[in-house]
Amino acid sequence: MGKIEWAMWANEQALASGLILLTGGIVGVAGQFRGWPFAAYIISAAGVFVCLLEYPRSKRAKGTSVERTGQYCFTVCVKSFGPLTRNYYVRAFLHAAICVPGGFMLATVLGCVCLGIASLIYLAAAIRGEHWEPVLPQKETTRKTDPVSVRNPPEMPPPRPPPEVRRKRVDDLEGAAYDNPIPVSDK
Amino acid sequence: MGNFAANEGLSIFVILVWLGINAFLFVHFYMAFLVERWFYTRVLLGHALSWARAPAACLNFNCMLILLPVCRNLLSFLRGTIQCCSRTAARQLDRNLTFHKLVAYMIAFHTAVHIGAHLFNFEFFMDAQLDRNSSLLPFILSEIGTGDNASFLNPIRTNETSPTIVMFTTIAGLTGVVITLALILIITSSMEVIRRSYFEVFWYTHHLFVIFFIGLVFHGFGRIVRGQTAASLKTNRPDVCADQFEDWGNNGSECAVPEFAGNPPMTWKWVVGPMILYVCERLVRLYRSHQKVVITKVVMHPSKTLELQMKRKGFHMEVGQYVFIQCPSVSRLEWHPFTLTSAPEEDYFSAHIRIVGDWTQALYEACGGDKTEPQEAWKLPKLAIDGPFGTASEDVFRYEVVMLVGAGIGVTPFASILKSVWYKRIQNNQDVFTKKIYFYWLCPETQAFEWFADLLQSLEGQMAEKGVTDFLSYNIYLTRWKETEAAHFRVHHEAENDPITGLKQKTLYGKPNWDNEFTHIASKHPGTKVGVFLCGPPQLGKSLEKQSLSHTEGDVKFIFNKENF
Repeated sequence: MGKIEWAMWANEQALASGLILLTGGIVGVAGQFRGWPFAAYIISAAGVFVCLLEYPRSKRAKGTSVERTGQYCFTVCVKSFGPLTRNYYVRAFLHAAICVPGGFMLATVLGCVCLGIASLIYLAAAIRGEHWEPVLPQKETTRKTDPVSVRNPPEMPPPRPPPEVRRKRVDDLEGAAYDNPIPVSDK
Repeated sequence: MGNFAANEGLSIFVILVWLGINAFLFVHFYMAFLVERWFYTRVLLGHALSWARAPAACLNFNCMLILLPVCRNLLSFLRGTIQCCSRTAARQLDRNLTFHKLVAYMIAFHTAVHIGAHLFNFEFFMDAQLDRNSSLLPFILSEIGTGDNASFLNPIRTNETSPTIVMFTTIAGLTGVVITLALILIITSSMEVIRRSYFEVFWYTHHLFVIFFIGLVFHGFGRIVRGQTAASLKTNRPDVCADQFEDWGNNGSECAVPEFAGNPPMTWKWVVGPMILYVCERLVRLYRSHQKVVITKVVMHPSKTLELQMKRKGFHMEVGQYVFIQCPSVSRLEWHPFTLTSAPEEDYFSAHIRIVGDWTQALYEACGGDKTEPQEAWKLPKLAIDGPFGTASEDVFRYEVVMLVGAGIGVTPFASILKSVWYKRIQNNQDVFTKKIYFYWLCPETQAFEWFADLLQSLEGQMAEKGVTDFLSYNIYLTRWKETEAAHFRVHHEAENDPITGLKQKTLYGKPNWDNEFTHIASKHPGTKVGVFLCGPPQLGKSLEKQSLSHTEGDVKFIFNKENF
């Protein structure tokens, strides 16, 4: 399992935990369970916060990153917190702290434990040196090589068709014509 | 529409039956808890009792089903038996993983409903203990069994506790938490992103299902859901006695104190069968892994593709099937699927393995891929093979004219088909029904051509030898190229052999114009049924299906087969 980026799994787990916390909080409020105002509010807020934080996927160190639908605005928000969201130690600690209030109400215990597990996986990711990178759309395309090569004088003759084609065929002038393979410009 | 019904009809029928059974179980068990026996339980819990028991029944059903689609050896055996009767039915068995995922989603959904209802149940049980007022029926009911602990109704026995503590101190609660956690971990590690990038994490975490099933079986052992016993119903009829709860057990009262008992655990009856089948499946895989597989030849293709030619006693394959390969020296626990690229007529079987991850890289090195000199036969790693699996693609041979379309690595099953058709036609002197094959290979890069180009080259050579050059007509489309490569192609345009593949038939650039292709084939083969087979992305499938429908006119019919490669 050498090349795994643990943060990817931690992200899925944390997002799921956020949703579970949110659902637990909503059930707590709907059922008017004991302690519902305080606990349910905290848990729903925590659930919403965790979901917002975890929704944008990080850019992978190796390989193509698959974005979640519409994650660009979330990426921008999360990116604006700089090192707080970039560093996974901070995230691990944050999730561990958020999950504790969930343990006090039955409806949110499950979300609490799941978030705790996500926090542990983030810790593993942080120890391995991973960090969060925003996935930004690529605005610049690398088209720098083409103009450069035209400015320098060519060092090798252009490729020509094989000699039998180049030989002048008086009987078939149409067929003797050929296009230059590399575009020639006056620059 | 007919095409759709033929291709999808049976799948949709199976799904509808499954959903129907789920709905039936839900409603049936919901109603089952609305009877007299559960009257007093409902005084405490209301309808939350039914809302918890109904998904529990559905969970029993779905947990029974979920192990079955992954018993691939059992499915293989079933497929062999069914295939003689109905190939459509046999092909349904190829959709086993889709069904497994659907059942998993249903389990997740029912788990959510079940947990939600039980949250309410815990809360109501706690409420009954906290309102310690003798003029309330719930409190009286909760007090039953306090002194003698015999036949209590309320599993929460004291008011000096909390639902959370009760959950962690009952068998049902503890197993419930454990199995739900296992389920959540299994689901998050099975997301497509994780599965495609880090198969090992997905595979190892998935083994938490063992904990899931053990916890599931023990979940009901605490008999925490309690209803009135049959004997007690005679001495305390709820419709009469419910209002007289202050007089229960007193002299002169016609109502005795009710007695309760829990239901015996039912889940094991549902899941024990599939669990045994799955254990047998793993034993079969273990047995197979000890059967000797000999690597007869290893070929390193330049495009990071490793070809392994192997032999195993008693191995019998058909076109288009796949095997699972395990290499103990690389990893003792991983089995990876690969399509077979050899034809059944050959005396060995082969797989072409692309080197894309940890396991394939390690296999490459174990076979001596990074060394320059050939390896001694005894140095090659020991392998284990499970399979072959998959419905044979024999439909190809049922058409007189066939269009085969493969995109990128999707061409792999066609290697097997092309070779097999060739062998049938030439070497066995059989009169093959298939007279003409049109083969289209769409590829984004030149590198992937190499090993398949070798195959086509040898076929081309053999066809020229036998003078049968118009049997196979293949078109290779290069869909992406660099500027520098384009220059090279332009220069060698007039050469006899194609600059990329070395074949006589030239590589074409860009995507094929399907309209033209279909029209061309229709005009050359009037009055025939043309089979169209695809192994590639779904968008291509949709456009081919549309073209097949629109060009089916007059006497020529294009039949698009959604083969599940």
